[in-house]
Amino acid sequence: MIAGLPDRERIVITGVGLAAPNGNNLSEFRESLLENRSGVSPYEIRYFGKTLAGICHFDERRYQTKKDQRRGTRAGSIGIYCAHEAVNDSGLDWPNVDKANVGIYIGVTEHGNVETENEIHELRSYDYDTKFWSHHHNPRTVANNPAGEISLNLGITGPHYTIGAACAAGNAGIIQGAQMLRLGECDVALAGGVSESIHTFGIFASFRSQGALASHDDPARASRPFDVDRNGIVVAEGGCLYVLERLSDARKRGARIYGEIAGYAINSDASDFVLPNSDRQAECVERALRRAGLAAEQVDIVSTHATGTASGDVQESAALRRVFGESPHAQFNNAKSFIGHAMGAAGALELGGNLPAFGDRVCHHTMNVDALDPECALQGLVTREPRECKSVNVILNNSFGMLGINSVVIVQRI
Amino acid sequence: MSPPEIKEAILDILESIAPDEDVTNVKDDVPLREQLELDSMDFLDIVMELRKRYRVQIPEDDYVQLATINSTVEYLAPLMKDLQKA
Repeated sequence: MIAGLPDRERIVITGVGLAAPNGNNLSEFRESLLENRSGVSPYEIRYFGKTLAGICHFDERRYQTKKDQRRGTRAGSIGIYCAHEAVNDSGLDWPNVDKANVGIYIGVTEHGNVETENEIHELRSYDYDTKFWSHHHNPRTVANNPAGEISLNLGITGPHYTIGAACAAGNAGIIQGAQMLRLGECDVALAGGVSESIHTFGIFASFRSQGALASHDDPARASRPFDVDRNGIVVAEGGCLYVLERLSDARKRGARIYGEIAGYAINSDASDFVLPNSDRQAECVERALRRAGLAAEQVDIVSTHATGTASGDVQESAALRRVFGESPHAQFNNAKSFIGHAMGAAGALELGGNLPAFGDRVCHHTMNVDALDPECALQGLVTREPRECKSVNVILNNSFGMLGINSVVIVQRI
Repeated sequence: MSPPEIKEAILDILESIAPDEDVTNVKDDVPLREQLELDSMDFLDIVMELRKRYRVQIPEDDYVQLATINSTVEYLAPLMKDLQKA
């Protein structure tokens, strides 16, 4: 896709802002990944009780007043924090950036459940009399809320919306941003994903009913994709937003470039509400590679989606074996083993955790693979400790979601 | 509730609605909007909090009565005189 494209159609990452359960910015997050630091903690939520979750600890008040927080949502706060951090990181002369030409594209798995549960819980004290239902409910639960709060907070008057793509949403946000830049809809895109899902009991209860919620005596060992003893998902909150620009604009202002969005693809399984489909996943990866003009053996790191469920990890492993062969050049890793599944933020966060590899040539590992499930066998899966690579030029990032949505983003060193 | 108690209740609500501001120096006869950063959603919050805390119903046509502390207390006094302090 990029070969032969003029610089104004090539899209690059020039800023990263993130909130992860084990880091409040890219360098902290990366350090945690390299030093085997989990972000999973004990957690308790009403009705459901005790469980585990990836909980973020960023300073909400850094960019919001108490009133902003009171009025908005957790997803909004995460988005605002990440957006400011990404803009600061990008080195853009923000006061002089034309805010009408900035677009906000935020991937979300779901939005509105937290506020709806809160309101119903509150309403119970008033005998379910809807006169006591908050006027804040609608602005907090409209699907564009997390993107809209960023627009309000940063005074951005270009387009803002969310992209609902289940757990493929982080990649979908990045893809949307890249496409809008190519179309000339904006000059700067704030793109990625956020998730507030740990604040809804429903997500825990639903995963448990599905037999897909992880449990373990040691929180740090609960999220264990590819391990034979994995028993489900650890839900996490978080966010990761990128500043995306056209290569021509980034070069003109002498911006630091993290990498280029070299290729991407989104497709659908069209086969099941929740069960993944390895053939469609493989096709999605192949399509992204084709668009990037890359062969599988040119990929250095594959950031896997695997969530720690019985079937999901097996299906993805099969898809990756199909694309990359039995003796691949690529190294495979998984960030959910550290932080749990950050839902709509997962794809963007997991890509972020790997971007520094372009500089340090280290592939972070997958935690908790004490005994590899033979069905998940992936030659090149990095376990136990980070692995040094000869060179890292291409990172491929998988992110899949319910209702059979698959997304792949490929980033190339530039 | 007596008028001073009603005023105290209003200030308590304002404190939760405008948590970044000091409401202790709010002047009784100056419109609240001129002293605090309040928008229409905040006034709806005042109405909702009065409903939740004291079960006082304020018809939309009467929202204008909530302009100042004095006008609010004056308006609420007959509605809240038989209530106990929350």
